[in-house]
Amino acid sequence: MLFIAFIVGKGRAISIRAKGLKMHSQPDQYGWFVTLYTGLPAMMVGVVGVFLSLFGVASIPPLMLIGAALALAAFSLYGLSVKMNEKTKARDLVENFIKGLLLLAAFISIITTFGILFSIVFEAFHFFQRESFIGFVFGTTWDPDSAFLAGAGRGHEDVAAAKFGAVPIFAGTFYITAIAMAVAVPIGLLSAIYLAEYASDKARNRIKPALEILAGIPTVVYGFFAAITVAPLLVNFFRSLGIDASFESALGAGIVMGIMIIPIIASLSDDVISSVPNNIRNGSLALGMNKAETIKFVVLPSAMPGVIAAVLLGVSRALGETMIVVMAAGLRPNLSWNPLDDMTTVTVKIVQAMVGDQAFDSSLTLAAFALGLVLFVVTLIINVISVYLIRSFHKKYKVSNL
Amino acid sequence: MKQNDYFYIPQIKKRNQKAAAFKGLAAAALATSLAFLGLFLFDMVRQGLPALKQAYVKVDIAITEATLQNPYAEFDRESLAIISRAWVRGLPQMIEENPQWIGTTQTLWALAAAETDQYMKGKQNRLRENQIQIVEKLKSDAKIELRFNKIFFFTGDSKIPENAGFFSAIMGSVLTMLVTMVIAMPIGIMTAIYLEEFAPDNRLTQLIEININNLAAIPSILFGLLGLAIFINFFGVPRSSPLVGGMTLALMSLPIIIVSSKAALKSVPDSIRQAGFGLGLTRWQIVKDHVLPMALPGMLTGSIIALAQAIGETAPLIMVGMIAFVPDAATSIFEAATVMPAQIYTWSGMPEKMYIEKTAAGILVLLTILLSLNTVAIFLRRKYMKKW
Repeated sequence: MLFIAFIVGKGRAISIRAKGLKMHSQPDQYGWFVTLYTGLPAMMVGVVGVFLSLFGVASIPPLMLIGAALALAAFSLYGLSVKMNEKTKARDLVENFIKGLLLLAAFISIITTFGILFSIVFEAFHFFQRESFIGFVFGTTWDPDSAFLAGAGRGHEDVAAAKFGAVPIFAGTFYITAIAMAVAVPIGLLSAIYLAEYASDKARNRIKPALEILAGIPTVVYGFFAAITVAPLLVNFFRSLGIDASFESALGAGIVMGIMIIPIIASLSDDVISSVPNNIRNGSLALGMNKAETIKFVVLPSAMPGVIAAVLLGVSRALGETMIVVMAAGLRPNLSWNPLDDMTTVTVKIVQAMVGDQAFDSSLTLAAFALGLVLFVVTLIINVISVYLIRSFHKKYKVSNL
Repeated sequence: MKQNDYFYIPQIKKRNQKAAAFKGLAAAALATSLAFLGLFLFDMVRQGLPALKQAYVKVDIAITEATLQNPYAEFDRESLAIISRAWVRGLPQMIEENPQWIGTTQTLWALAAAETDQYMKGKQNRLRENQIQIVEKLKSDAKIELRFNKIFFFTGDSKIPENAGFFSAIMGSVLTMLVTMVIAMPIGIMTAIYLEEFAPDNRLTQLIEININNLAAIPSILFGLLGLAIFINFFGVPRSSPLVGGMTLALMSLPIIIVSSKAALKSVPDSIRQAGFGLGLTRWQIVKDHVLPMALPGMLTGSIIALAQAIGETAPLIMVGMIAFVPDAATSIFEAATVMPAQIYTWSGMPEKMYIEKTAAGILVLLTILLSLNTVAIFLRRKYMKKW
């Protein structure tokens, strides 16, 4: 159909030109013009029809839908080919059409963000209508058993009322994140310093892809590694010291998460350190500082905003990381300082609430959305800060390769 | 002598030592991170390689009509512990495919049970003493052997560990990725073209740009919440299907594709655009005929990297139910399916020891795919990268 439209449009343009009239655009462009504006109404009908049947407003048989779309296309094709003459600005019209289409695509990213925000806020709001907000933020007991049973259709069974105190969950999240950062920041930052300041170009070009491989490994693989290899190692190690460790310890999950974050921090800090201008280094060296001192007292302080931004991005990755903690950190909300205990995180609780056969509007499911809201807000704030820091670094040194 | 040297600084030795120590520390840190990578890959290969082999046992069966009804009756208790129940269950079907077998005694290679298999590979197992003796006897009679594990690559998941395969997960991943790419690539590239070539520098454009940067940094699990709340609960897309998984992942990989496509468009020098305007072309004509062909390899590279990331993504897919138990490979995007990382996650939670090596083997398959995708991306980048 569209092909026919193209042929018709082009043919008509050629015939007009053959009459010796001066035209606004080339024949091909008339072809495209007719094609696009023939297709548009038909597509609209199709999309609207699909949406209607998806929403369950009206069930339209697919054949009728296609028929309607084709009829409309034929109608608009006829109208266009009759109306088209040498004054039609086909080129500009095509241009506008494309521009509109591209703008529409660009809007999808906005729709997505608002979709996430809206869906989470909406469901979290439902949750806070049922449970108290204060209890959620300050309560120290997370015991949603009765909500779980209610959600599974067994609400009448006699158990204690559900408690949604999220403090132990937040504590576990931050604790594991802290362990991860304790592993990742020193190793990542020092690796970046070596790559940017000491390594030869050749070595740098080889090592950076290797780090990128480390960054590209799926987190479920890290989770397996944490559960199968790291956890038994830790347990055996601490047993030999006479300390009892849980197989699902915060330490194991934290260490592996740290390994996961090393390449993020290393790669970003490396970019930042490399873009510190050379004249600062030369000035320092000329004053008699040796290389290590130059790095420590001159390069690093200048790169600091960028390095902090890299660390913050690492933190936000660690907070939102799911698979490693699901597989290696345990399910029990546990308010404890002992890194060898099992702990749980926000993401684990979200997954746990969603995987079971829970009714969608049960308190447990809604609690997961409330946790998701907290996660969203916290990571968003961290990201905004880190973007701001990178911007300020930009401005300071006028580098544009970040 | 030192007193006469004007350049002598008393602390110099200490300072140089400190500098050397710092350099050593940095080198050690880098070595540690690379060692992690090495240890990690080594560990996966060590755990995963045994799963490429599978033990088979040679058995003689007198096949009668009764075998069709109750294949378990043909075996005594000892051999049932050694041979896989899944294989015995499939026996009647095999006989139906070969009706001439009835009334004869056939020598068949039967799939060994998980514990037998683990014993043959020298791993921890739960065989009892007398069973070990039987297996040892079979071994000395050459009636048991390790063969290439076809089941792993050509069948779907199973609750019986020796019969569990990765195929349905691979198919699920392929379908999901198809959906993801069909949605994310056009939208991503179109957005990038708009932002880079058409957009006026106003509030709206800035809003879109900030949004994209934020989207890239949102934890993936929140995309899962979105998929659950909007796609499944609101639009009624079938749960666990590659369609809903693909749509969720498409939203996730959009920012990656947009950012890399924008970078690719940016690397096309402005002189080309100005030459086009000079000849009286419209923006779209310039973009379509001149800028896009030059930026395409870069866009493709970005899309491949986004694809690689989407393949390994697990958390959002778990949220939309793609950890369903799927014994048969899905053939359409509306059926329930599982994907590779989700299958890995499911297997890693299984209590049977044999699932560990299956999990590791699944990880090896996944990593191989990811590495080859990344290699293709790097190759494309090297081949088409131009210095202007």
